Amino acid sequence: MFWLFAALAVGGALMCITRRSPVASALWLVQTLFSLAAIFVLLDAQFIAALQVMVYAGAIMVLFLFVIMLLNLGRGSATDMRGWTGRLVALALGLLLVTELWVLVRSPLASPLQLPAGTLSRVAQEQGVVAVISDSLFRTYLVPFEVTSVLLLAAIVGAVVLAKRRL
Amino acid sequence: MTPDIKGFLLAATVKIVVVFSVWMIAIMLATWLERRGSAFMQDRLGPNRVGPAGLLQPVADGLKNFLKEETWPKWVDQPLFLLAPLMSFIPSLITFAVIPFAAPLPGFDFTLPLLGRFTYQGPIPMVVADLPIGLLFILAISSLAVYGIVLAGWSSASKYSMLGGIRSSAQMISYEIALGLSVITVFILSGNVTLSEVVAAQQRTVWFVLALTVAFVLFLVSAFAETNRLPFDLPEAEAELVTGYHTEYSAMKFSMFYVAEYAAILTMSALIATLFFGGWDIPFTRWDEGPPSVARCAATLLAFGTKTGFFLLFYIWVRWTLPRFRFDQLMELGWKVMLPVALGYITVIGLVVWGAERVGVALAPVLIGLNLVATAGLLWGLDRGRLLAGARARRAA
Repeated sequence: MFWLFAALAVGGALMCITRRSPVASALWLVQTLFSLAAIFVLLDAQFIAALQVMVYAGAIMVLFLFVIMLLNLGRGSATDMRGWTGRLVALALGLLLVTELWVLVRSPLASPLQLPAGTLSRVAQEQGVVAVISDSLFRTYLVPFEVTSVLLLAAIVGAVVLAKRRL
Repeated sequence: MTPDIKGFLLAATVKIVVVFSVWMIAIMLATWLERRGSAFMQDRLGPNRVGPAGLLQPVADGLKNFLKEETWPKWVDQPLFLLAPLMSFIPSLITFAVIPFAAPLPGFDFTLPLLGRFTYQGPIPMVVADLPIGLLFILAISSLAVYGIVLAGWSSASKYSMLGGIRSSAQMISYEIALGLSVITVFILSGNVTLSEVVAAQQRTVWFVLALTVAFVLFLVSAFAETNRLPFDLPEAEAELVTGYHTEYSAMKFSMFYVAEYAAILTMSALIATLFFGGWDIPFTRWDEGPPSVARCAATLLAFGTKTGFFLLFYIWVRWTLPRFRFDQLMELGWKVMLPVALGYITVIGLVVWGAERVGVALAPVLIGLNLVATAGLLWGLDRGRLLAGARARRAA
């Protein structure tokens, strides 16, 4: 099951970056996000999977499509990466990413992230799938959570100010 | 295979097949009901020739759509043009899978010749899939339904369809927020997101329509917007957009949009009945909560069907009563009224639940009293002296 959805996700991602039409790219990205949600379900994280579909596939990608349609980007637009410098930079960044992934895979998992097999499904049975997440989010990690939300708010305000010079 | 697995597979298969068939027939009847209902309200006859009282009209329509020519307009984006009806058809059908529609049936244990023994320990829940994420599954999948409309609008390469698609995506994103926020108060009271728990919580206390009236009003309005029904059918708007996103569609592809619309309406009706009207609960009696039996299952199924049917009728009733909104009014209502009201209501309900637990008073009477006040205030605020005060002024004049 994992390999099926993993293949779908990677395939979708490849199609996303190779298609010429922006709408097709966006749709392939939706497929990638949806396959990731399926992988979350396989990991016993149904709540995260639902959020993944709701927020990314359902809301953000619809906004993407909305903007693409509103600006009416035609088929076959030019790419940002041009010439040899662009390709070299892309290659360097890609290699950096591969190295990072390789290091991450090799390094052992931090101890709070390691759970004995079956813990997640047992806890979900006892408390419900949402309580597991919300407990750690609003008790253990309350301050980081609030800081993140303030950061997002600042980003929104900044975007509005940049977009609308005269309010 | 052990008898347990065989029993589970048998129960699951029967549930899927029966629910799907009943669902498709219900959709057919809904289209018939809409046409007859609109005719009744406009003092016409409506389709009454095919079968008794025109009941077989949907069959004739379906057959006609099968035999019609599939048109492919010249400039359409072919793969997306084909994908769009599927994308709106499939989500609207699978969302019903998590709604519990009756009291559980008793388990079974029997032996068939050749196939062997089938057992099912414990009661069989009358829901196709009782997922732990319950309602979130519905919200997630129904948020995908917008793709069908958006893609149809974009791939048709027609200005009218395009405008319909753009309008629809803006509308659905705006009202999804109000829909999701209004449901949060239900979660606060039920303490869980699975729909069977929501029903059980309402059986223990009161129906949430009494305890959470404002949330019910918000949910109802957002549900109309989410299903693109009048007074919010801006994506279709036949007067200005020539039915918007499905202008270029014909035959079965159009039929799929049509079926998807009614499937979405039926799911929303069932959801309103489940979230706010006790689901399959029969009011004023505790009999339906007893040990599982066939009679209880049938009676609660009838109760669920009645509630869902009422909201289906309500949808049709509203469609032929209210005029269409203007698009800026729709956006203003969504962002400037529904969203602040929903956020404020979550705060109020959260505080009340917390306070009632602290003080130790019964929650239900407090919430019902609070909601009477809040609903009156909401109606007064939304009215802004147009109907209520206006009528009095007219009488005085």
